[in-house]
Amino acid sequence: MIRVEGLGKRYRIGGEPTLRALLRSPRAALQHETIWALRDVSFIVQPGEIVGVIGRNGAGKSTLLRLLGRITAPTEGRAVLHGRAAALLEVGTGFHPDLTGRENVYLNGAILGMSRREIERKFEAIVAFAGVARFIDTPVKRYSSGMQVRLAFAVAAHLEPEILLIDEVLAVGDAAFQQKSLGRMGEAARAGRTILFVSHDMSAIAQLCSRAILLEGGHLAADGPADSVIGAYLGQTESVHIDEGVVAAQPQDAPIRIEAVAITPEAVGTGDPLTVRIHYRAAEPLAAPGFVVTLHDTLGVEVVRLSTLPISGFHIERIEGAGHIDLHIDSLPLTGGLYTLSLAVTRPRVDTLVALDRVATLRIAARDLYGSGVLLTRSRGVVPVAHRWSLHPSD
Amino acid sequence: METIIEPARPAPDLRELWRYRELLYVLVLRDIRARYRQMALGPAWIALKPLITMVIFSLVFGGLAGLPSDGVAYPVFTFTALLPWMAFAEAARASAGSLVARMDVIAKVYFPRLVVPLAAVLAALLDLVVSFGVLLVLMAISGEGVLSWRWLLLPGYVLLAAATALAIGLWAAAAAVRFRDLRFAVGYLMQAGIYATPVAYAASIVPEPWLSALKLNPMFWVVEGFRWALLGTGTPPEPAMLIPLLAVGLALASGVVVFHRMERTIVDWL
Ligand SMILES: Nc1ncnc2c1ncn2[C@@H]1O[C@H](COP(=O)(O)OP(=O)(O)O)[C@@H](O)[C@H]1O
Ligand SMILES: [Mg+2]
Repeated sequence: MIRVEGLGKRYRIGGEPTLRALLRSPRAALQHETIWALRDVSFIVQPGEIVGVIGRNGAGKSTLLRLLGRITAPTEGRAVLHGRAAALLEVGTGFHPDLTGRENVYLNGAILGMSRREIERKFEAIVAFAGVARFIDTPVKRYSSGMQVRLAFAVAAHLEPEILLIDEVLAVGDAAFQQKSLGRMGEAARAGRTILFVSHDMSAIAQLCSRAILLEGGHLAADGPADSVIGAYLGQTESVHIDEGVVAAQPQDAPIRIEAVAITPEAVGTGDPLTVRIHYRAAEPLAAPGFVVTLHDTLGVEVVRLSTLPISGFHIERIEGAGHIDLHIDSLPLTGGLYTLSLAVTRPRVDTLVALDRVATLRIAARDLYGSGVLLTRSRGVVPVAHRWSLHPSD
Repeated sequence: METIIEPARPAPDLRELWRYRELLYVLVLRDIRARYRQMALGPAWIALKPLITMVIFSLVFGGLAGLPSDGVAYPVFTFTALLPWMAFAEAARASAGSLVARMDVIAKVYFPRLVVPLAAVLAALLDLVVSFGVLLVLMAISGEGVLSWRWLLLPGYVLLAAATALAIGLWAAAAAVRFRDLRFAVGYLMQAGIYATPVAYAASIVPEPWLSALKLNPMFWVVEGFRWALLGTGTPPEPAMLIPLLAVGLALASGVVVFHRMERTIVDWL
């Protein structure tokens, strides 16, 4: 169980003073601006509950998890945790780059307060889950970031902490591993563990969490059933949400970068038209690139995949410099609910140059397509189909 | 198990530190392993470092300056002092820089931060074990040194050196988080400190009142104690020793408190 009462954290901003500045003018050096990254936040999470934490960049989500993970102390308020807590925080995994995967598993276990024997017992399962068996005796600095996150998650999940705090790290892994991890978290919660899960991926929150809390400017703005809190976050009118963080996280040195993504109109419903505009900038002339757009539902199933080549036969000779490409969808054949949109630029059948996973969330409004007064949501299937019934009793 | 997260916790929880002893063990092993991996010569380098200093001191102070060494062969005389001194200097330097060096882990997971400088000191003490072996060889070759019950007091002197190093390390680590330029201060302190300690020279050539001043330095007693125990020269324990002992005790206790106050928000600064 987690009980948070009036928790607040104030950060100083501006760098720390140097000794020289302090000697020159102590008053000026010790003065500093401060900001409240978190203020007056209270909630209780029961064992067995998975609570999603959502909010824009800078809302205080990571700060909340850092406080609960005891990485830093709060400025005011208090929190009580019942049971051992394990945290997987933003960027990096707490691994030591020079040590091997095996050594790091033992180190992480010891940090979580486990005995050697306990770790030994779970070692095989951890390595198997992370899928890094071949590299377990290789220094972690040679791992890809995806491998590191997989191993870190595997350790945290197998150590069976009563409380698991997860901050966006899973975004680094591939889709298959994300699904596996979400499954593992679901199991852990059913076994009575308490989980706090930060994500920008609204469909993952909707899939996993029955409850969500929304942070806005460090304050608790909403706390309740995941669907309604997600609705509050995405805004009742805005049903297309672009995650600028994903756009910003592209590598700087890629041959092509996606500078912005725009989706119109801002409110979409089943059967509506939709335009996705991708602004790109190629660092070098690029021959025959392929653009790919996919939609996933909340269960992680890819329901739509559209690409210039090979599917549409829309061949682009080459691109150079900046520009944009538009994808027009005449009619969205999806029932109401949350979907995530991902896009990528590839060299078809060769490799992927840049991928923006889950860069946008679409809340597709349900429509009464069948004219029965029933709104078609995801629970009525993914694909609405024009149809007719006819009954023929044989006498 | 219940964890309470609050702004102010005045005193460090030493029982918690005991619960994390497994981590201390893992970190010490890791420090040692990482150190050996960086060195092309491996453990040989640890033995080589004081030996090189011994040769230089023997040439400059024993040879050129002709400093007396209480009737003991100068190389053995200075090596006996270099042994605890170098381990002490390494322990102080490593523990002072340990927080900054371990930031990767500190920013990601909770554990009592005190474990980090403690592990750095313990790992540095390993150097002492290696160079003690070298000293035994030196003593056997030169025929210097006496085997006596005084050897049993050596662990006590090692403990004093470790406590002094940890006190310096804790204060410096706490200060270096706020004032980064202090990070190198311990290195300079150690360079000066080797001359404020009778490592290259014998305490017996120091006149009063300088000798009384030197006796305020805890490392004076460690270095002289090593000579007294191993070579039969040096300075035996005296009542004057109580002042630095008390000072180290105070510095260590206050260091733990200062370190604890700072550790709770250290990641905000880095
Ligand atoms: N160490 C720090 N020093 C100063 N300000 C910080 C520090 N860490 C976070 N902040 C600020 O606190 C606010 C909340 O940040 P964060 O918790 O990371 O938000 P989120 O994870 O929701 O994006 C932001 O305005 C951020 O700039
Ligand atoms: Mg964050």
